[in-house]
Formats: sequence, C-alpha cells, structure tokens
Amino acid sequence: MTMLLHPSLDLVKNIPAIAADWPGGFWWHWLVFTIIIIAFVLVLVMGYIYIERRAMGIMQARLGPNRVGPFGLLQPVADAIKVMCKEDIVPIKADKIVHWLAPIVAFFPVLMIFAVIPFQNGAVLADLNIGILYVVAISSISTVGVFMAGWGSNNKYTLISAMRSVASVVSYEIPVVLSLAGVVVIAGSMSLNQIVLAQNIPMILFQPLGFLLFFIGALAEINRSPFDLLEADSEIVAGLHTEYSGMKFALFYLVEYAEALAVSSIVTTLFLGGWRGPLLPPWLWFLIKVIAVFFVMVWIRTTMPRIRIDQLMALAWKFLFPLAVINLVITAIEVLVFPAGLPWLLILVNLAIMAILILLWSKLFKLGGGRIEV
Amino acid sequence: MTLKTEPYVINIGPQHPSTHGVFRMRTTLDGEVVVDLEPIFGYLHRGIEKLAEERTYTGFIPLTDRLDYLSSMSNNLAYVLAVEKLARVLVPERAEYIRVIMAELQRVASHLIAVGSFLNDAGAFMTPIVYMIREREKILDLFEMVSGQRLTYNYMRVGGVSQDLPEEFLPALDNFLEQMPLYIDEYDQLLAENEILLARSKGVGVLNKETAVNVSAGGPVLRASGVKWDIRKADPYSIYDRFEFDIPTGTNGDCYDRYWVRVQEMRQSLRIIEQAKAQITSGPVRSEVPHLIRPPVGEAYGHIEAPKGELGFYLVSDNSIAPYRCHIRAPSLLNLTALRDMIKGWKVADLILIFGSIDICMGEIDR
Repeated sequence: MTMLLHPSLDLVKNIPAIAADWPGGFWWHWLVFTIIIIAFVLVLVMGYIYIERRAMGIMQARLGPNRVGPFGLLQPVADAIKVMCKEDIVPIKADKIVHWLAPIVAFFPVLMIFAVIPFQNGAVLADLNIGILYVVAISSISTVGVFMAGWGSNNKYTLISAMRSVASVVSYEIPVVLSLAGVVVIAGSMSLNQIVLAQNIPMILFQPLGFLLFFIGALAEINRSPFDLLEADSEIVAGLHTEYSGMKFALFYLVEYAEALAVSSIVTTLFLGGWRGPLLPPWLWFLIKVIAVFFVMVWIRTTMPRIRIDQLMALAWKFLFPLAVINLVITAIEVLVFPAGLPWLLILVNLAIMAILILLWSKLFKLGGGRIEV
Repeated sequence: MTLKTEPYVINIGPQHPSTHGVFRMRTTLDGEVVVDLEPIFGYLHRGIEKLAEERTYTGFIPLTDRLDYLSSMSNNLAYVLAVEKLARVLVPERAEYIRVIMAELQRVASHLIAVGSFLNDAGAFMTPIVYMIREREKILDLFEMVSGQRLTYNYMRVGGVSQDLPEEFLPALDNFLEQMPLYIDEYDQLLAENEILLARSKGVGVLNKETAVNVSAGGPVLRASGVKWDIRKADPYSIYDRFEFDIPTGTNGDCYDRYWVRVQEMRQSLRIIEQAKAQITSGPVRSEVPHLIRPPVGEAYGHIEAPKGELGFYLVSDNSIAPYRCHIRAPSLLNLTALRDMIKGWKVADLILIFGSIDICMGEIDR
C-alpha cells in the first residue's frame, strides 16, 4: 500500500490508527456476519420500499401507504405476505429452467456485494484488499439473471427489456469503474475499510466529479429512474417482470431494491465517509448516510422523465466516459504534484474543474432528434 | 461478422398501460426502431351515432358526455349548438356566458390530463399527472356545483343550460382563477426547461404543416405544427367574438411544441374566463323550448373548438322527435390518422411519447 502513497497528500491519506471495533477473523465471525448481512438486506429493503412509497406519496401531494400498522410501517410486510401467497404462473412456452433460475441468479450477486461493505470499523464479513474490484465484478453478474429472465419468459417485451439492461450495464460499467479509480488513487487502497479510514474529509469533496459520474452511472446500472428503461412501465409494460408472479416476482423486486441499497452503501462508503461521523455510533451514521443517499434516488425518481435508450448510450460514451478519464488523469496529477497540507485548496480546485468540465461538455450535446430512416 | 436480424411484430395494446384506453398498435420493430405501425381500434364501439337516432334531441345530450369523457361540457356544447342551428332556437345572454365559462374550464381540465399523461408516457413517474389531477379536481368541484356531476355533466340544454349558477359558484371560480396561473407557473418550473423532457421531445415526432392540414388535424396538434387555426376565431360560435385571446402556435410541430401549446392554451382559457366573468349579465339561463323538439326538415352542422380539436355534430332532421342521422366529427380520430407518419423511424419509447402527445380519447374515436 505504501507504494501508492505519496507524501504530498498526507492529510488525505494519513490513515489513523483507530483500532478496529470488531475483532474479526475467527470462525463465528463469518456466521454472524452472514446472518447480519441477510438481515440487513431484507430489513432495509423493506425499509426502502416503505420510504420510497411514502416519500414519493408526500412529494406527489398524496399520502402514500398509511393503513397497515402505525404510519403504514407494516405495508411492506403485508405486501411480502401477499406476494408469497400468490400463484406462481409460468408461461407455457417459457424456457422453464431459465425462467426458474433467473431470479436466483439475479439475487445472489447483489447479496454478495455486502460482504465487503464495512458497517463500522472492521465490522465487515471479508475485508478484501481488492474490495472495489470485487464489488465491480460481482455486481455485473446480476445482469446475467436479468437477461435469463428476459429470454426465458419468451415474451417480446421482456426481451426488449433484457437487451436494454445488458446494453446499459455493458456501457456504464466503464465510467463507473473509472470514476471509482479516482477514489482509489487518492485513498491509496482498494479495501473499503481502508478507504473509509482514509477519509478524514469525505471523499465527495476531493472527488466531486467522480461522485457525480459514479452516482449517475450506478443509477443507470441498477436501472433506477431516470434510467429505468428496464422496467419502463409506460413503454414495455413491466419489462422483465411481465411474466413473473408470486415469489419469483418478489425476488426480482428484492433485487431491485437490494441493488439500490448496494449502491447507496457503496456511495456512503467511498464518498461520504462511510461509518465515520461525530457523536452517534458508527453503525448509525452508516445507516443514516445510506438512507440519505437512497432518499436522493427517490427524489430523482419523482422529478425526472425517463431517457431513451440511444440517449442512454450517448450519455455513457460521450459524456460520462471522457469525463471519467479526465477526472482520473487530473486526480493522478494532483496526487503527485499538489503541495501537502492544503486540502481545502484542493477541494476548491476540484469543484472548479468539475463545474468547468460539465459546462464544457453540456455544450456538446444537442437536445432531441434521433430519427432513423426506415 | 454480421448477425442475421429480422424485424418482428409486437402488439402494443389493447391492454397496455399507455394506450389511453383500449387502442391497439400492431407495430413492426427492427430492434427498438419502429419500422411500421398499424393502428387498430374499435374495441370501445358503442354505436353512439346510431343511438342518437333512437332518442329525442334532448335525450341524446347525456350520451354526448360519453364521447370524450374528459371534456363532456364541450361535447354537450357542440351538440346543443347543432340542435339550436337546426331548430333555430335563440339562447339567452347569460346562458351564453355560462357556456363559455364551462367550455373554457373544460379545456383547462382536459389539457391538464393531456399534459399530465404525456409526461407519464415520457416516464416521469406519476408526479406531473398527480399534480395536474389535483388542479383538475378543483375544476371538477366547480362543475359539481353547477351540475351535480363530476365526470358526465349533462349540463347544457337546447336553448341554454339546465340551471343557473349557484351562488357559491362565482366566489369559488374567483378563487380558482387566482390560484391556477400560479400552478401553471409551477408546472413550467418543473417541466418547461427539464433537460430530459427537452431531450426526449424536441424534434421528436414532427408533424409538418402540410401533413397536418392534409389529415385535417385539429386543436393543439394542428397549432403546434404552426397553423393558426382555431374555430373560436375562424368561425366564432356562441359569443367568442366578444373576448380577447391569442392563439398560441408552435413552430416545429414536435412533441415539445404540442406540450407547450397546451400549456399556453390553458393560460388563454383562463384569460377568456376572466373576461366572461367580468361581463356576465343576469337574466334567464334557458329559453322556452318544448321538451320534444321537432326541428324543420333540414340539416345542420354545429362545431366548436373542443380541447382536442374541431368537434362537430352533423344532424339531419326529418321533422320527427329524433334526428334522422347524426354524425360526429371526432377530433381525436382525425388527429390519430397522422400517427403512422409521425412514428415511423422512431424508437419504441418515442412511439409511446408521440402517441401520448396527440392526446386521444378512445371514447370519442370508437364512439
């Protein structure tokens, strides 16, 4: 790790010697954390569904679910029970095995992402020294499940949806990875726990452009609005969910929110200082930040119309990709040459660079159009 | 290496979230691109034109509500205008003003739904339409005061309107006129400069002037293409020559222009209502018309500028209590005929958007 460190950015990279809150490494550590992660994902997904529906209701001048339990808190539970009791319908011409396997293939990679997310110092299932690489690699496996669902359902709508999903994931993987590289360069480590420890000042201030690129790219990868072309209920009915019902549908629903949870956890860990924060216990800080990030996603969803598939591709290749490369190069140069002890100056410089680059690139974009002669 | 690909056919509708009723588009797609499109409708056919021949002239008014159920007042007005022309009935002054107020309120209500569902088709998850339905509710409250109904009003009568305005109506209307411009500003804030909406709708689904005139499109669809044609100005019916208002027109004829024209028309409608409210006189609201009207032998065509375009009723009388023939010129149907030209070459997502921007109502198309 010391190889990457350069004395000029000491303040950022000087990793304090905080003792890990959790000893880790012994046999029941794995067991405990597996249970914690599953519980965390399931409970927070329910929380997310509640937050999304409720917050969206309030933003849209209506109430949202408020009948089941206090403030409608038990609505996700009621939904889960309902969906589990429903009949599982398989289309007669579906590829049965693929159709059956798809939700599982989509779900497990998402669950596996949480293995490297630190809930507090050292409280992580496996503190891999290539944590970011692991996240990036695992998260794209989900798409295989999505494509299996699209293909196995034997329905044109689901196939369109699957094609869109694969295309967007393949394109957005690149800017996402490149924008994460900026974080790695500054923090000098790929381990998520080490990156959190390195953030005396949250990384979002050093990497404002990287944060934006990552957030946009991640939204596109998990197919959340305004990039929800996968589901696009007004265009392709429900996308790949069209032919799913009962528990399998519930699994896909779970995948969707677990992915949102994964993205908000990664954003929290890499850019917002993870579990670090004053006064409150670390795990609470982590939870607060995760939910705050998700709230922004809900906010975007209620505000933005959906963009079109070719515009989605254009955004990835013409906007995010070049900016991510430039961001990485600038960050690398800064780490090498910037004088030590002036983090706030660096922050200002980075914010200015972000503003200039985004303004410059937005001039290149022509709005509208896109007809193809047939 | 080139992959062998071939176009495939996909049925969008009749059960599809964005077909605004039971409309079916048999679409040929090449990947995501629409190669060909065949609109199929008739799923909601109720034979309303035939039913008119079985009913008295007054008895048909409730059925006109069921045509374009999002602008029942306008349908009522167009029909009673045709009957009045046929039977040569004069309408009291106050009734004319009430009719204008109702028709313009109805235009606002209909455009709210049109813009809201257009945005819904664009993928803005529910927010615009819920906001717009909130304001539409206020208009429905006003309609409920005068007619007791919230969707099918059955308010206009041959020779006037069914009853006078209740005393709480004008204060409530004042209140509405005060708030509504602010709400429209709010929509503009959310939508008019929205980058994604601009990217999705600017230059998309262009309907050029010539095609628009050729298919005899009407309403906002025609005006967005740059044709300054509005029945209220071109052939002023009722008392529209007494009011001052502009006809907003677009320049490109794309989806954004159609959206923009509708928003501007809402503002103009509010302007007309303001003037009508200031000029309204007291007096009777209904002239003495027998319950069973027997118009002289002849024919008449009454047309108005309905929210969706020129809505006309063509009536033939054989001096009996029921029309010999009734034909309805439905603006949605004529606007829809341009659909194929507008959509070819665009993507599936645009298909839904362009279709939404035409603002159709299946009740009117299938009749």
